[in-house]
Amino acid sequence: MKTIKDIGIVGYGAYVPMYRIKNSDIARVWGNDPIRVPVKEKSVPGPDEDACTIACEAARNAILRAALDPKKLGAVWVGTESKPYAVKPTATIVAEVIGATPLINAADWEFACKAGTEALQGALGYVGSGMSDYAMAIGVDTAQGQPADALEYTAAAGGSAMIVGPASEALATYEASCSFVTDTPDFWRRQYEHYPKHASRFTGMPAYFYHITNAAKNLCSEVGKEPNDFDYVIFHQPNAKFPMAAAGMLGVDKEKVIPGLISPYIGNTYAGSAVLGLAAVFDVAKPGDTVLCVSYGSGAGSDAFSFTMTDKIDEVRNNAPNVKSYIGRRVSIDYATYARYRQKIRM
Amino acid sequence: MSVPRHWRESVKRYRLIGSKCKACGKVHYPERTVCPLCKSRELEPFQFKGNGKIYSYTIIWAPPEGYEYCKPYAAALVELEEGEIVTTQLTDCDLEKIEIGMPVEIVLRKLFAYGESGIIVYGYKFRPVLPIL
Repeated sequence: MKTIKDIGIVGYGAYVPMYRIKNSDIARVWGNDPIRVPVKEKSVPGPDEDACTIACEAARNAILRAALDPKKLGAVWVGTESKPYAVKPTATIVAEVIGATPLINAADWEFACKAGTEALQGALGYVGSGMSDYAMAIGVDTAQGQPADALEYTAAAGGSAMIVGPASEALATYEASCSFVTDTPDFWRRQYEHYPKHASRFTGMPAYFYHITNAAKNLCSEVGKEPNDFDYVIFHQPNAKFPMAAAGMLGVDKEKVIPGLISPYIGNTYAGSAVLGLAAVFDVAKPGDTVLCVSYGSGAGSDAFSFTMTDKIDEVRNNAPNVKSYIGRRVSIDYATYARYRQKIRM
Repeated sequence: MSVPRHWRESVKRYRLIGSKCKACGKVHYPERTVCPLCKSRELEPFQFKGNGKIYSYTIIWAPPEGYEYCKPYAAALVELEEGEIVTTQLTDCDLEKIEIGMPVEIVLRKLFAYGESGIIVYGYKFRPVLPIL
C-alpha cells in the first residue's frame, strides 16, 4: 500500500519502565528450570505507571525529536490491549498531556500486539491522503501474564510513539506497507477476564510465522525487494527466539535483526514491541539505510513497513533518550515486589 | 473530591501550567488570581518547562488514604528553573540516593484512583533526570 502524498516519520520516542524481574526468579518461584527461559529479564511498570503514562512519555519524546507544535497534530492514536479504562479513551489523556487538544482526532486502537502498528497504518493513511499534516501513533502495553503461565516470563511494559508527517521533514521516508490478517484464535482475553489465554504451540507456525512471513513477502513483492535487501529488519518480539527464526525463514541475515531485537533485555512489550524495535533501529541507523518492520498481533495479523532513513536522523536522534538509555536504566526487583507492583495479590 | 474538580485542574496538573504576573514578572504554581508579590491582578497563564532541582524532601512511610500503593515514597519541594517551588512526589528514584540539589524532571504518573471503579487521577511527579546515552 502506498500513499498519495510523500510522507515519513518526522519524530519518534520510546519509553521503558525501569524495573526488571529476571526470568530465573519467575522460574524459581514456580519450580521451573531457571536456565530454559525465553528471555533474560522483563520490564515491569512501577506502581504509578500504566499504559497511559508510558504513552505520554513516549509521546513527549517523539514531540522533542520532531520539534513540532503539538497543536499541528491531526490525530493521536494509541494502540494497546492494556487500557487503564475499559471505557474511556487513553488517547484523549495523552493528547491533553502533550497539549494537542481540542482540534484533534483521538482514539484507542486494539489488535493484540499489533495495535501499535495498526495505529501507525492509520496515521500513514491519514497524513498520506492529505487529511492532516501530522499524526501520532503510539504502541504501548503493560502486559499481564497469568502467574505460573508461560506468558508470565515475557509479558512486559513499554511503548513507542511515531509522528507521521511530510517526507520533506522526515527522519525516515515511507515507501509502502502491507497488512496481512486472518481469523486465527491463537491468543485472546474475554470480557471481564484479568489474564489472557493462549493456544500454546499453535501461536507459532499457523499464527506468528505465517502472518509475519506473508506480510513481509507481500510488501517486498510490492516494492521489488527481497527481505534481505534491507539494512535493518525488525520483527514483533514475543521472545528472543521467534524473530531470529522468522529471519531464517525469510533469508534475512541475523545481524540485521539484532539492532532492533530488544526482547532479550525487556521482554515482550506487546503493542509496543515492534515499534520499540523500530525506535531502537532509528537510534543507530544512518542516512540512506533501509528498514523493514513487521509486527504481529494475535487474532491474527501482521503489518509490514518499508522506510528509508534520511539526513535528518543525525540531527534529531539525541534530542530525547534513546532505547539503549531506557534498557540501561534498570532496577532489579524480586518476585514479591513484582507481584505487589502488578497487583497480582488481590485483597 | 468531585470528578468536575479533578477535570478543572487536570490540564494544569498534566502540563504544569501556572501563572505569570504581567506587572512584576513573578511566576507562580499553582496559578494565582492576585500576585502575592505586587498585588497585581494582571496575570497570564505560564507554561513551566518542568526542569528543576530538589530543594528539600522527606520520606513518607504513613501516606494518606489512596497513596498506600506506592509507599514508601519521597515528597519533595522542587525548585523549578523558572524560580517557583512546587510540592511533588518523586518517582523512579532510590530513596537512599536522593540529595538536596539533585536535578529532576517532570513526568506524568498516576497519582491515585478512586477504588476499582472510579476515575484514575493523573498528574505530575518528578524523577532524576534521565541520561541520554
